[in-house]
Amino acid sequence: MQQARTEIAAAVEPIIDRWKGEEGPLLPILNGIQRELGHVPRESLPIIAEALNLTRAEVYGVVSFYHDYREKPAGRHVLKLCRAEACQSMGGDAVAEKLQKLLGIRFHETSADGAVTLEPVYCLGLCACAPSAMLDGEVIGRLDEARVEEIAAEVRA
Amino acid sequence: MNFKELDVSNPYFAYDPAKCIVCSLCVRACEEQQGTFALTVEGRGFESRITAGMDEPFLQSECVSCGACVQACPTGALQEKSIIEMGMPDHSAVTTCAYCGVGCSFKAEMKGEEVVRMVPYKDGKANRGHSCVKGRFAYGYANHKDRILNPMIRDKITDPWREVSWEEVYAHIGSKIGRIQQKYGRGSVGGITSSRCTNEETYLVQKLVRQAFGNNNVDTCARVCHSPTGYGLKTTFGTSAGTQDFDSVEHTDVVLVIGANPTDAHPVFGSRLKKRLREGAKLIVLDPRRIELVRTPHVEASYHLPLKPGTNVAVLTALAHVIVSEGLFDEAFIRERCDWDEFQDWASFVLQPENSPEAIEKMSGVSAELIRGAARLYATGGNSAIYYGLGVTEHSQGSTTVMAIANLAMATGNIGRPGVGVNPLRGQNNVQGSCDMGSFPHEMPGYRHISDDATRAIYESLWGVKLDNEPGLRIPNMLDAAVDGSFKALYVQGEDILQSDPNTHHVAAGLEAMECVIVHDLFLNETANYAHIFLPGSTFLEKDGTFTNAERRINRVRKVMEPKNGYADWEVTQDMARALGQDWNYTHPSEIMAEIAATTPSFAGVTYELLEKEGSVQWPCNEKAPTGTPVMHIDGFVRGKGKFVRTAYVATDEKAGPRFPLLLTTGRILSQYNVGAQTRRTENVVWHDEDLLEIHPFDAETRGIREGDWVKLKSRSGETSLRATITERVAPGVVYTTFHHPATQANVVTTEYSDWATNCPEYKVTAVQVSPSNGPTEWQEDYEEHARQSRRIVHVEAAE
Repeated sequence: MQQARTEIAAAVEPIIDRWKGEEGPLLPILNGIQRELGHVPRESLPIIAEALNLTRAEVYGVVSFYHDYREKPAGRHVLKLCRAEACQSMGGDAVAEKLQKLLGIRFHETSADGAVTLEPVYCLGLCACAPSAMLDGEVIGRLDEARVEEIAAEVRA
Repeated sequence: MNFKELDVSNPYFAYDPAKCIVCSLCVRACEEQQGTFALTVEGRGFESRITAGMDEPFLQSECVSCGACVQACPTGALQEKSIIEMGMPDHSAVTTCAYCGVGCSFKAEMKGEEVVRMVPYKDGKANRGHSCVKGRFAYGYANHKDRILNPMIRDKITDPWREVSWEEVYAHIGSKIGRIQQKYGRGSVGGITSSRCTNEETYLVQKLVRQAFGNNNVDTCARVCHSPTGYGLKTTFGTSAGTQDFDSVEHTDVVLVIGANPTDAHPVFGSRLKKRLREGAKLIVLDPRRIELVRTPHVEASYHLPLKPGTNVAVLTALAHVIVSEGLFDEAFIRERCDWDEFQDWASFVLQPENSPEAIEKMSGVSAELIRGAARLYATGGNSAIYYGLGVTEHSQGSTTVMAIANLAMATGNIGRPGVGVNPLRGQNNVQGSCDMGSFPHEMPGYRHISDDATRAIYESLWGVKLDNEPGLRIPNMLDAAVDGSFKALYVQGEDILQSDPNTHHVAAGLEAMECVIVHDLFLNETANYAHIFLPGSTFLEKDGTFTNAERRINRVRKVMEPKNGYADWEVTQDMARALGQDWNYTHPSEIMAEIAATTPSFAGVTYELLEKEGSVQWPCNEKAPTGTPVMHIDGFVRGKGKFVRTAYVATDEKAGPRFPLLLTTGRILSQYNVGAQTRRTENVVWHDEDLLEIHPFDAETRGIREGDWVKLKSRSGETSLRATITERVAPGVVYTTFHHPATQANVVTTEYSDWATNCPEYKVTAVQVSPSNGPTEWQEDYEEHARQSRRIVHVEAAE
């Protein structure tokens, strides 16, 4: 525990130092940690709180508000499937079912081999091409069964 | 679903998330009122939940258990456990907290004879509806099984106690005091008043000593805390009290905190101060220890001057040096309100090169740059107020330090209006009152010297006795005289001198040498281990009276239940006086207040009717100020012209040397109160169940001490053992502990050195050595055995 904490401190302190002097430094710091470590470890919260003269509660409140700050690292690929109204009305439900079956995981889960994390997302602003998804930051439109199978094969490769 | 379990980790309240509507009132109370920021909303949307810390149980989170969230909760998601167990209250009364000198008003909510909960009273002018963990929750001691409810006597302190009737105990006291005075003289007996009791009770104890004992051997626990405040402020301003009310902090721009730790020792004021700091006021902290205020969420001091213990006067004079040499003083104010010649004399003194920041840098351990910066901020930052505590007074130059503080305030014109002033943070609920009530051997009520013929005449005609015009013995003098064999009997009301006074061995020797020690207390405290007569006391819930807080505010204490021991403390003192031949016939404390008002000019207008109408009043309350005086010295100082006093620094004789290389300083923690007689008998022990020695990592490493190790703490007075905690809150060369637990007896180590003017002990500086140890010392084991033996009680069935 102590060891893990020191390692995390070594990793997050440069990020904290980079942003500490700026106005409103908490979000840039959390973004930096998420970018560098792929997640925001719980152990880093007290370190951030101490550096910014905040409480653990305040930092935790912000971290837990944003779904993109992960407690644990994601799989090698992150697949976000839009579950908002427009996509649902264009066959999104079937796509969602199919995808979960093919990947063998439910939403919010990471496959056992660490290949992929599946997440719901509420609107990618791509309603004209519904149903849509985002794979590792790249948007994909007009999903159908064939396209879903392709994606599943790609992420499990 | 984001399901959260019921959290019952806090001993006083439960959090049931199933009842929570996420209205966030608790989060806001924690942030805006208490200033702890321990609560937050976790997640978002329908998934949001209220949580403490990082989704931790309340007890492990940053929560300080002030209870503001519980009070704010509209649904009962946060609820006092006492309400869950006992149900809702059916009646209530407004009263005053009996812990620290803030003097918070509470509504005691009752069900029959039992307190269901204490709720801070929104119209309370000291606390404005806020409270801390002690006042709101730590009242359970009133029903603790250790409480003694019957009078007891014994011949020798090695005997077990024998329960007796009230008649028998008074007869016993009457004959014993009489015999001792006959044999050893009138001056061989004395009394100690309590700063925990009401004004009325304190007044009666000093009256008992002066009228029935016939001498001036009366003193009070203020001797060991704020007596230098009395001396210093009386000399400079003309009155022995703080100059402001607590509301004044809302108008302050720069706060200078000296030797005080408000967030632990005066938590409700600490919260009000933090609120003002979050609004933008600047903070300067003068303290050897990095107290919480130096840096705590959303508050950061502009300057922290981590001076070596014992160098207060040098640093304060250096601040004055900067103010005078850089022309930052307020000439118009000084010319109008003080004596210009006196100022010039003082200015020439502070300008001497040995008082410059550069000259004292090495000795005080504070860089000249910090001192210069702090002085400039204090002098030019707008409304500057000084708040100070026992870190100022409990030194060999305590009185000098108080005068140095007064000098700073006068030189910069920071006195006589809201937002400024000199504010001692008094330790006990009624330490201001006990001083006001003539508890000192040299002063009658209202700080009138015993040598003043006119004052004595008032009391002589009223009491029908001749009063001695010479001051009597102070507490340390009584103990010295006892060891010498000339002082034989002592009545101690509500104070545990064995644990709280310095140099425990000497106190024990003094008590052992007496023939009759009468302890009047709730519990068999440590002093009672050396007592011959024990009178059971009553709690603040069981009597009527008044407490006077740090802002001179006289608050009503209201009886909400019958005394468990049968009699309020004032009744016991009255019966004692009758046993000694006095004809006292008070039927209610209001009659005692009437006597105080009739004989004391600063209290002339105080009546229970007025207190009922106004809620509380700040003295002076008389013809000139019929509803009291929130801010003092507005148009002129009480003494006329404010007096500048030269404050030459004289280093204490208590110095670190080769045998004792570290300096020990002592203090308090939030959840415990002083010697802990009350708080140790509540659930507050979950936060602090033993005293710990704080030591800097550097000093710990060279001694091979690890976190949690037992260490021996040794001075030239004695030694004790306790566990160490390693922290950078203290500087290298300084160690710190609290004195809440008798098992530690931190005062075995402190010395007999004291303030030159008032004998206030030098608790804050003791040269010590710290070494690894494997457990309690021989003294601790012997003492524990003695205490165990001395608490044996033989119960006797009452004869029909």
